[in-house]
Amino acid sequence: MKRDRTIGILTAVMVAMLVLAPTLPSWAMFLFTVSLCYGIVVLGMMLLIRTGLVSFGHGLYYCLGAYAAGTLEPLFGITELAIMLGSAIAVTAAISAVLALLLRKYRDIFFAMLSLAFSMILYGLLVKTSSLGSTDGFNVTVKTMFGVHIAGTPYERYLIFVLTVLICWICAVLMHYYLKSHRGRLAEAIRDNELRVEYMGASVANTIHLHYVISAVLAGLGGALMAVSVGHIDPEMAYWTTSGEFVFISILSGTGSVLAPFLGATIFESIRSFAYEYSPNTWQMALGITMLLVIMFLPGGLWSLFKRATRSSA
Amino acid sequence: MTQLVAVLVDGLIYSSWLFIMAIGLTLIYGVMKILNIAHGSLFALGAYTAASMAGYWFEQGYPAMGSYAVMLVAAILVGIIAGPLLERGLLRFMYGRDEIVLVLVTYATFLILEDFIKLVWGVDPYFLYQPYGLLGNFDIADLTYPNYNLLLLAISIAIGGLLAWALARTRQGRILIAVIHDREMAASQGVNVGRVYFVTFTLGAMLGALGGALTAPMISVQPGIGAETIVLAFAVVVIGGLGSLPGAALAALLVGLVRAATIHFRPELDLFSIYFVMAAVLIARPKGLFSAQEARKI
Repeated sequence: MKRDRTIGILTAVMVAMLVLAPTLPSWAMFLFTVSLCYGIVVLGMMLLIRTGLVSFGHGLYYCLGAYAAGTLEPLFGITELAIMLGSAIAVTAAISAVLALLLRKYRDIFFAMLSLAFSMILYGLLVKTSSLGSTDGFNVTVKTMFGVHIAGTPYERYLIFVLTVLICWICAVLMHYYLKSHRGRLAEAIRDNELRVEYMGASVANTIHLHYVISAVLAGLGGALMAVSVGHIDPEMAYWTTSGEFVFISILSGTGSVLAPFLGATIFESIRSFAYEYSPNTWQMALGITMLLVIMFLPGGLWSLFKRATRSSA
Repeated sequence: MTQLVAVLVDGLIYSSWLFIMAIGLTLIYGVMKILNIAHGSLFALGAYTAASMAGYWFEQGYPAMGSYAVMLVAAILVGIIAGPLLERGLLRFMYGRDEIVLVLVTYATFLILEDFIKLVWGVDPYFLYQPYGLLGNFDIADLTYPNYNLLLLAISIAIGGLLAWALARTRQGRILIAVIHDREMAASQGVNVGRVYFVTFTLGAMLGALGGALTAPMISVQPGIGAETIVLAFAVVVIGGLGSLPGAALAALLVGLVRAATIHFRPELDLFSIYFVMAAVLIARPKGLFSAQEARKI
């Protein structure tokens, strides 16, 4: 059996990022930060897609996570990063655990549409909440990180970046082992044939429930990390086009490996940044064409390219 | 009292608009099983084309009443150009793939068309206000409404009625029903399924564009209207039951009235109310109000 190098690659990339980050120009830092935040959301989407479910409403948790972290300051005056992230995890876990009771009965388009409805409900509420800035959103400030005052210090950005990288690494490693576990392997079985999974004595509903909550928490974490890194949040995070972007990146990257979401997110963000820089009115077109090409010629996503390459070399 | 009448009238007007938007979407889903996100772009294309063409019409000083015909022509033009282009050029290679994959394909198309629109028309808003006021006003319980709203209502009823009649009474309509029911069986009976798909998609595209053309006088035509409209149309179509014509009509009425009521009584819950209704209906009836009983295939 071929040795599994995923963890090795993950660790190597993490170390490289941490070492190189101080030398990177600020735009590249920003690009990587955003890619990592998106990557962590898509990591959760990947688990759902492996289970056969495509959510057109994961912006809900992305936005909830961001607001759960961001509203701590105006509500309670809390500006500690760890508590902000904890609050994002707690809120998204609680809400997704309840919604999953409903959503786990739905499949295909109906699952996609009901999740879309939930995310648009949040959007509809937030745009009318003037105390939270309506459509403009508000700024998020972080003052301390694990009790250490970091606001205004020269290494503030770097520390947040380090934390983002570490969290992504932890989530990716955990997900990697989870996918290899007994329940993790059930995902694809459910996608292929639910009835048989039930006959074999495994619970489809419980597995979907669990996977939904995991993906929601990851989306919430991504949103919260985005909030603290970018320093601004707005209701657009719950709009359906944001969820569409997550689906887009999932399709682009493929579900073959935990590395794929981060790779896909980085490519997506790069396309977006460069296209936005050089022709702001055609970047969506570039994305759309990329997506069509991937769907037509690479049904397994970009990741299948790597797989093909390693298989032919072996 | 006045407020109640206002809610009813506003709701009815909004419903007829929603229905025109939803009917093309539900038709395409019913026949082709494609939840067409690009419908939003067709709506936007229709609105922009109508705004440009009718705008030109007024600039030239042609008889004002002719602008309605120009708007109609604009919608048909968009439909017969964009519809076949999308169906023949793209979608037909995707038939047989997962429904979700097809949603993604139309999502990609939507992204492409959004930028196409920006490239052609730029990012500045267009205004086509004249047709809205041309027809005069009507009064109801101290409230004045432009007659254009009645036109909207009449058109939506006409389209719905015509489609229902065509499906039930004409040969083409029955063929369509056969294809909806079982594509393979219909094909084995000699129905040219490819052509049915082609015609359906073109018709659906035309209806989407017509929705846009009719809306153009009531809004400022600007980037983003496609994205806004398509999620509303989704809500209506999903509430009604995907692919159901009476379902779309009832759902449009429901959403229209609910929205009018919230705007009058609790304006801050405007968008929220629509998606709340959508979630509530889906929770109670997972496949919408009028979902066809599906034969279980093992």
